[in-house]
Amino acid sequence: MTGPGPTKKSRSRVVALSAAAFAATMMACGPVSYEIPIETPIQPKLDVTAFQRVLIAGFVAGGTDDVDTNQETVRLLRSQLRSKSSLRVIDADVMPLLEIAQEQSRSAPPEAPDAATIARESGATATADAKADAKSGAAVALPPRIKEEKDLEPYERLFANTSYWKRIGEEYQNPLIVTGTVLFMPQSRSGFVSRDVEEYDSFGRRRVIPTRTYMERKGFMLRPKFVFIDGRSGATMYSESYREEVLYNAQQSTPALSSYFELMDRLVPNFLSTLSSQKIRGTRVLLK
Amino acid sequence: MHMRSLGCAFALSLVLAAPAFADARSEAKSLVAFGIDVAQKGLWREAIYRWERAVEIDPTYGAALNNLAVAYEHEGQLDKARQAYEKALVVEPNNAQIRQNYELFKEINDRTGADKEKP
Repeated sequence: MTGPGPTKKSRSRVVALSAAAFAATMMACGPVSYEIPIETPIQPKLDVTAFQRVLIAGFVAGGTDDVDTNQETVRLLRSQLRSKSSLRVIDADVMPLLEIAQEQSRSAPPEAPDAATIARESGATATADAKADAKSGAAVALPPRIKEEKDLEPYERLFANTSYWKRIGEEYQNPLIVTGTVLFMPQSRSGFVSRDVEEYDSFGRRRVIPTRTYMERKGFMLRPKFVFIDGRSGATMYSESYREEVLYNAQQSTPALSSYFELMDRLVPNFLSTLSSQKIRGTRVLLK
Repeated sequence: MHMRSLGCAFALSLVLAAPAFADARSEAKSLVAFGIDVAQKGLWREAIYRWERAVEIDPTYGAALNNLAVAYEHEGQLDKARQAYEKALVVEPNNAQIRQNYELFKEINDRTGADKEKP
């Protein structure tokens, strides 16, 4: 004959007691993980110790007409560098690089290179090597307006024109020069997107159901390339490209300028980390 | 007979090594705990010293390697941090907290990288 087995009640009591014992042990031992804030210092990608000043010259910009991308980019980068870098930011007129590049291209052969044009643009005296550079840049026809990425390519030659940038450097007492290209253009895309849909059942209880829906979305794409030029030699020291995009529901109307700032906000930390050391805040878990 | 004595020697060495391993782990544990205390007070260099010692004593102690990686990250020694995280994950591949720390670390590294060109 066997005695009665453990009842449901006594079994649950055992479970409860074990859980309590486990909890007590854990409390006695203390926690095994600790969340801790950290600040990761990021060294600048570029050694700019040789420069005290920086000239954000201007950008070859294109895309939408709703935003003056050249002006806005120069203004934003200057203000960021003023507060977050040890370099002194030179206040100068924003250079219309698109027009300058086109003029350089026009003034090149088959006619004799018009060095005076280049001198006019930079405000410096024309030299023989300027003529040579203008000549070398002659072969490529520049699209009058930049509507898409491939329109930017022929303009890249401008950044290789060392004597031009050297003259700009001399004019501003050999600063670090920041220039490049910026394309900011509308973007639209349609397809399936996942989103949470709220539902209420017959008892009035709320449920969130992940649903895939076909949506037409539109927004903007920002594609800047930052070129860092040594104002003493006119040579490119470093360059980096980024691409960001933002898409909204097609019914939503978002001003182009606010999308531009939204996208630049994402890129500015990267730009700054090229020139100055940054601290990135975060939290990590320490373990025992 | 010879095999028997070899077997006995092996068993004996295991028995003797077990407390030694336990001692090493407990010493490493107290160093790790001390490191956490000082790190919480902002004394990261001291924490690094303690956790480096803990790892020397017990190279298979995943928590010590993880903490060391976090401290290196805080000090901007990113190469060392990556190595320490990777070692920690070799020792404890299923530890979600170490993996999460490592993912956050990688995110920072990726964020600072770009499509770079040097002439």
